[in-house]
Amino acid sequence: MQYKKWRCLICDYVYDEELGAPDDGIPPGTRWEDVPDSWTCPDCGASKDDFQMEEI
Amino acid sequence: MSAVMTTTRWHDPKRYLWLLGVPVMLLPMLGGWLVDATGLSLFWWFMPLIVYLVVPVADLLVGEDRNNPPESAVADLEKDRYYRWAVYAAVPMEYATLIWGAWVAGTESLAWWEYLGLAISVGMVTGISIAVAHELGHKTDPFEQWLAKIALAPTGYGHFYTEHNRGHHVRVATPEDPASSRYGESFYAFLPRTIAGAMRSAWKIEKARMQRRGLPTWHWRNDALNAWAMTPILFGALIAAFGWIVLPYLLIQAVYGFSLLEVVNYLEHYGLCRKKLPSGRYERCQPTHSWNSNHVFSNVLLYGLERHSDHHANPLRGYEALRHFEDSPQLPNGYAGMILLAYCPPLWFAVMNRKVRAHYGGDLTKANVVPRLRAKLGAPTPA
Repeated sequence: MQYKKWRCLICDYVYDEELGAPDDGIPPGTRWEDVPDSWTCPDCGASKDDFQMEEI
Repeated sequence: MSAVMTTTRWHDPKRYLWLLGVPVMLLPMLGGWLVDATGLSLFWWFMPLIVYLVVPVADLLVGEDRNNPPESAVADLEKDRYYRWAVYAAVPMEYATLIWGAWVAGTESLAWWEYLGLAISVGMVTGISIAVAHELGHKTDPFEQWLAKIALAPTGYGHFYTEHNRGHHVRVATPEDPASSRYGESFYAFLPRTIAGAMRSAWKIEKARMQRRGLPTWHWRNDALNAWAMTPILFGALIAAFGWIVLPYLLIQAVYGFSLLEVVNYLEHYGLCRKKLPSGRYERCQPTHSWNSNHVFSNVLLYGLERHSDHHANPLRGYEALRHFEDSPQLPNGYAGMILLAYCPPLWFAVMNRKVRAHYGGDLTKANVVPRLRAKLGAPTPA
């Protein structure tokens, strides 16, 4: 399955499933649905609900 | 007896105080009335007299409030539309004052220093309105986003809407942020750097957004462009109504208004710096990366903006729910008093450099310092 990217609507941060968010303990390859709901945008603190899948 | 039954409902002691931000917008008109009533032209300068003299003293006398709303009350606070309306109401008042000022400038024969006082008084209102736009621009509701741009139009600072969320919040307290001041940097060195840097950054952000949407950069959906466009329309309408004599008034209040925002930017993050992680990203923004002030008087006038530490660590929190943190660095006065200090760099350095050094245990390599000092400290230059 192809990796997807999700973009923060507030600040444009991109969560790339392929890269994960290792600084937050989310290893590379973590699918968006497996990112915990408590995770927030590392740049602006927005919640997962404020992210939108981006067409690549 | 269940736990729910025994919990007494928490009442927000500041609930009605937040409304004070609305009449503040009208103070220049009160000044104009006082000129008429007393014959003293000094009252054209009413707003700076209040903000630079009365507010710092009031902050000193009224003091700080370190209380936080209990976590259990936060969800209700943020759902309560009342707090949103207390912000919305400030915008029509801002416009009432701006238009009143144009009418006075266009119809009364004022001496140059009376004209200047009027423009500065109104500029203080339009400058404080950037704090209102700030509170609105953080929300995802389209109505609030448009109202934010409308509140910015009098100062011509429409790009703040883009730059604040997508630029400043992302890079805050790093050497890369034009709106975070550096240890050893005077306000007068910071001012041109932040004005130019914020505009450049906003344009880059909007250009990239338009590209992602497959639209040309010069398009009405470019948020920097559509927000900027409101300013010439507004100024054009006021010139058409009151004549060219209002043009200097409009320009003076705009420049003074946005310089007021920038002096506030100057004191919000002075010298503070986030650590760079091995991944090359900066650590998440913590309450320790913004100067905080709990001074009640100026806080209620600015919709809690001075509780800045929590705001940057949790940007989506409404102003009514912002908290005090014991470990965040504290300003010795509210913003009004600190602005006066920022205008006098030797005094600012005397007070604040000591505080930055104390915050980092004397290790300035951890601080955001001016480049010439960075070289002397042997700290790595930012990429």
